[in-house]
Amino acid sequence: MKYLKQFIIIFGATFLGEIVHKVLPFPIPASIYGLLILLALLESKVVAFEEVKDVGEFLLDIMGITFVPATVGIITAFDQLRDFLIPILLVLFVVTFIVFGITGRFSQFLFERRHK
Amino acid sequence: MFAAAADTVYFGVFLTLLSYYIGNIIKKKFKSAIFNPLLVSVILILVYILATHTSYEAYNNGAKYISYFMTPATVCFAIPLHQQMKKLKENKAAILMAIIAGALSSMTSVLVIAVLFGLTHEQYVTLLPKSITSAFGFGVVEELGGISSITVPVIILTGAVGNIFGPYLCRIFRIKNRMSVGLAYGSASHALGTSKALEIGELEGAMSSLSVVISGLFTVFTASFFAAIY
Repeated sequence: MKYLKQFIIIFGATFLGEIVHKVLPFPIPASIYGLLILLALLESKVVAFEEVKDVGEFLLDIMGITFVPATVGIITAFDQLRDFLIPILLVLFVVTFIVFGITGRFSQFLFERRHK
Repeated sequence: MFAAAADTVYFGVFLTLLSYYIGNIIKKKFKSAIFNPLLVSVILILVYILATHTSYEAYNNGAKYISYFMTPATVCFAIPLHQQMKKLKENKAAILMAIIAGALSSMTSVLVIAVLFGLTHEQYVTLLPKSITSAFGFGVVEELGGISSITVPVIILTGAVGNIFGPYLCRIFRIKNRMSVGLAYGSASHALGTSKALEIGELEGAMSSLSVVISGLFTVFTASFFAAIY
């Protein structure tokens, strides 16, 4: 029953995250509260790494699939999409490249400077 | 036959799993990152839906149960974070500055594009949260009054772009530090970038997970400022 226990811990943290999301007025999604709750459980050693390892690996592995249905949802917004397709493509490619480059280079600069 | 299939709950689940599996096979066969399983899967499903006149609602009637796993999967980013907590604490100031620089560069670039193309305010705020993970982005776009049915796919496609082009971008920008690689993936392409970063290594994955959290939080609290500019 090791999987059952692992599912209970992870879905328990998710469930608690959802409650916190409903109670607190901040625009922070349930998944982030859940992440912080699970992290607190692991850091305080209430939950051991081994107690979430297998199901955690499984869920992280299928992460990509969970985004498929919402992406297919683009079909419902085709008409509005056509109005600004070029800027959208620029945002998708150019902006992503810029953010990737700036974050990577800037952090590398900071790390190298620290370790000199 | 197609109508009968669309009438069942497991149709959407099965179509999603099968198309993703086909995407995986194609990726292995051609050994090219361009054949991203997520993109292949979405295209196959779109082709099926359009060819058989199935409605998105009929598809999503079952497929929504797959989306349902997105939240617990995101919660699991806590695991690589926990494993690498020592490294995170040692470098917290530099990490925080880099993630904030990434989030600011994302929103500033969207602002520049909005001005250049004369986008409407609604279109601008639709694109503003494009680098953060969809749960955050959905909240931001709802609050600012954008078109969430465009924001969410744009966010996810941003994730796919980072996932696909990340290895080339690391080479072009000469990003070699393992922590920097993770920060770049997470800041530019949120959860989907993180799944790629986790494939590269646990340290990369942990840095990327942290970027998802911090840049999401930072964007949530600063997006309204950017929305007020244009």
